Amino acid sequence: MPEELYEIETEVPGNTVEEFLRMERMPHIWCPGCGIGTSVNCFAHALETSGLDLQKVSVVSGIGCTGRVAGYVNLDSFHTTHGRAIPFATGLKLANPNLKVVVYSGDGDLTAIGGNHFIHACRRNLDMTVILINNFTYGMTGGQVAPTTPLTATATTTPYGNFEQSFNLPYLAESCGAVYVARWTTYHVRHLTKAIKEALAKKGFSFIEVLSPCPTLYSRRNKIGDGLDQMIYYQESSEIKHGADTKTVGLDFQGKIVVGKFVDIERPTYLDAMNDYYSKRLGDKFVHYNG
Amino acid sequence: MKADPKGVLTGAHFIDGDHACSEGALAAGCRFVAGYPITPSTEVVERIAERFPHIGGIFIQMEDEIASSIAIQGAVWGGKKAMTVTSGPGFSLMMEHIGYAAMTETPCVFVDVQRAGPSTGLPTQPAQGDMMQARWGSHGDYSIIALSPNSPQECFDLTIKAFNLSEQFRVPVMFMMDECVGHMIERVMIPPADEIEILPRRFYEGAKENYMLYHANGEMVPPMVKAGDGYNIHVTGLTHDERGYPSMTVATQEKLIPRLIDKIKLNEEKIADYREDQIEDAEIVVVTYGITSRTAIPAIEQARKEGLKVGHLRLIVVWPFPEKYIRSLASKVKAIVVPELNQGQVVLEVERCAAGKVPVKLVPHVGGTVHNPKDIYNAIISSNNQKAE
Amino acid sequence: MRTEIKIGGFGGQGVILSGDIIGRGASIYDNKFATMIQAFGPEARGSSCSAGVIVSPEAIAYPYITSPEVMIVMSQEAYTKFTPELATGGILITEEEMVSPHNLRKDVKHFSIPATRIAEELGKRMVLNIVMMGFTTAVTGLVDVEAMRKAVLVSVPKGTEELNMNAFNRGFEYGEKVMQN
Repeated sequence: MPEELYEIETEVPGNTVEEFLRMERMPHIWCPGCGIGTSVNCFAHALETSGLDLQKVSVVSGIGCTGRVAGYVNLDSFHTTHGRAIPFATGLKLANPNLKVVVYSGDGDLTAIGGNHFIHACRRNLDMTVILINNFTYGMTGGQVAPTTPLTATATTTPYGNFEQSFNLPYLAESCGAVYVARWTTYHVRHLTKAIKEALAKKGFSFIEVLSPCPTLYSRRNKIGDGLDQMIYYQESSEIKHGADTKTVGLDFQGKIVVGKFVDIERPTYLDAMNDYYSKRLGDKFVHYNG
Repeated sequence: MKADPKGVLTGAHFIDGDHACSEGALAAGCRFVAGYPITPSTEVVERIAERFPHIGGIFIQMEDEIASSIAIQGAVWGGKKAMTVTSGPGFSLMMEHIGYAAMTETPCVFVDVQRAGPSTGLPTQPAQGDMMQARWGSHGDYSIIALSPNSPQECFDLTIKAFNLSEQFRVPVMFMMDECVGHMIERVMIPPADEIEILPRRFYEGAKENYMLYHANGEMVPPMVKAGDGYNIHVTGLTHDERGYPSMTVATQEKLIPRLIDKIKLNEEKIADYREDQIEDAEIVVVTYGITSRTAIPAIEQARKEGLKVGHLRLIVVWPFPEKYIRSLASKVKAIVVPELNQGQVVLEVERCAAGKVPVKLVPHVGGTVHNPKDIYNAIISSNNQKAE
Repeated sequence: MRTEIKIGGFGGQGVILSGDIIGRGASIYDNKFATMIQAFGPEARGSSCSAGVIVSPEAIAYPYITSPEVMIVMSQEAYTKFTPELATGGILITEEEMVSPHNLRKDVKHFSIPATRIAEELGKRMVLNIVMMGFTTAVTGLVDVEAMRKAVLVSVPKGTEELNMNAFNRGFEYGEKVMQN
């Protein structure tokens, strides 16, 4: 047994994540071998040790397989419209800055239909954590090509393989101004848990890309095995490179995966910038905004 | 509850309808506005952006209207009263989120300063072409409320009413201005804060155990809670049960959708707001809303002078449509004339309620300016010649 | 009776502010009704601009100007462009140095004032529109002079009240003299 898996079992005996989930809604809708549940497990463990007041944590999702996360976590949770989790979260956070707002959604939701909101939230450095589950495809609608689908990979709408350049998401997030950027896979449960915990503690726009298998629609169509085969691929092809230049971490079909924490910088959040600027500009006339 | 004096600019002002709408929102307690610039609505958010830093509120210029229309809903669940402001093209982009607000019962206000369309159309000129879109623009079955002001004073007064109605019924309220009213400058009297009635959000305050977000307790409108209050709520645009959990069954849909519609439909008479003028003896009634209610007046006065029995019914609340009232009106009068700055939208509702009892004459207009009162006058004369016996 | 007023000039002359002052004077300080319509779009951004105000003792129904009874013109271009709209028997008020009244219509009453010169005498050319407002008040009697003074005071930038009041009074006095002759 690899050392990492062993460690996680000794760390967390029994299933302590139940209190973080709406158990009355189980079983969930995710397929066997899907990585979304694994990521939720990591999220729950991160919350457990985060010291956060869970009453003040809100999860916002868009639409899609990952979009269903909001429905299963036993927190204030918002299942919004397709692509719009970030602007909903923007309103929620600014209305009540005391909330810890986590956007939990998929690659198609956040970077295709929601791409515009993603880059502007990075730019504004809105104080929120975005967990993006990248399974390289649209799962809920049946396996269509996504902005993350690697070159040559097959999808229902690219039956002869994909010829479009895919996004390098950590590079995108960093260029647009995110203050925390990391990438892990659902194989790296311990690292992912730690990363989520760090992101939750980070002030500003923190972004974690989580590579996750979609055995039903992506792996099978591309003849790369089942969920377990994908975990083996993640294990064998991942290279941990903290601080890697995000320009260099783009993904190829079944190629090498660079994982790690790439960005961790400080920059004023939207709200801090607003309060600081208006205090200077308007002086006593400004009513400091804190929700 | 009385308005918070911080947001109330008491006094006599000479301002346009857009700015009066901003002041109405501030007086109503709106403290979160998200918007994207678009003529002829931009002045609303410009004034909000100038005023909020002085009273404690957030305006954010979002990346588009789609983002604006959902950011306000996040803000509402965060505890604020919120609105977004736009015009036709932006309103089109917001449609999905009007449905989301209706489905999740998120009280909020959408201001649409109408301009002539379709598409980019005439950006700086008025129309009333979005009236059906306001009612039906999002997919599926739902209900909304829509108000139609005809002056800067009403842009102030009715914006407050829009917020109050949205809270009372937990429904998105469409504030259907037009370019003429938005850019028209007139006197606006803003009363002292303690003379402005505000409906606060009705929050649930009971036990957290077994709490159900959409349990209306025999009423039509369930109370709200907000994020961070410890209720672990789940809000979704999917068909949901009383707990708020997705439940994609016909049974759940059958329980949910009629309530969303009936809470407005069954309260139609309570929500209704219209002005009658010389209706008592009228044989012909001109039915108007918004700016058209003003351009119709010279036509009605002229016809009255000539001895015609013409009355004026002005709808302030256009949606829900005052079905009962128009039905009974149609059985009393001999003809109805409906001038609109469009090719025939609200007239379809008037015709439906008149149900063939009396002739209903549309006075259409492509927009770009307002009606020439002569055209409305001519329609009154021709209706008089064809009126029912 | 409803009176329609159109003000024309070029950008920067305070055309819109002039309309604002008339409307504010009438509706806030003179117990009348006023509706002002701004010109928007490319028209508003060109070299010539205009504002329309309706003043009436009764509520104003139709909000647009169709046939102005009073026209205040501060540039040659505005003179050429707008004067054909002036109603028969209407009042035409021009700035003497900016406007040469070529082909002056015979069916209107014409008054002019060297507002620019008066403004320059007061030390600020910018206040020429306020001089015009004083003159208009005297010549038309549309809005009570005290109401107009109040409207000027609340409409001009803080710190410039005295200058603007002088400008208004000079225009008003000039107008009174013209009316006496």
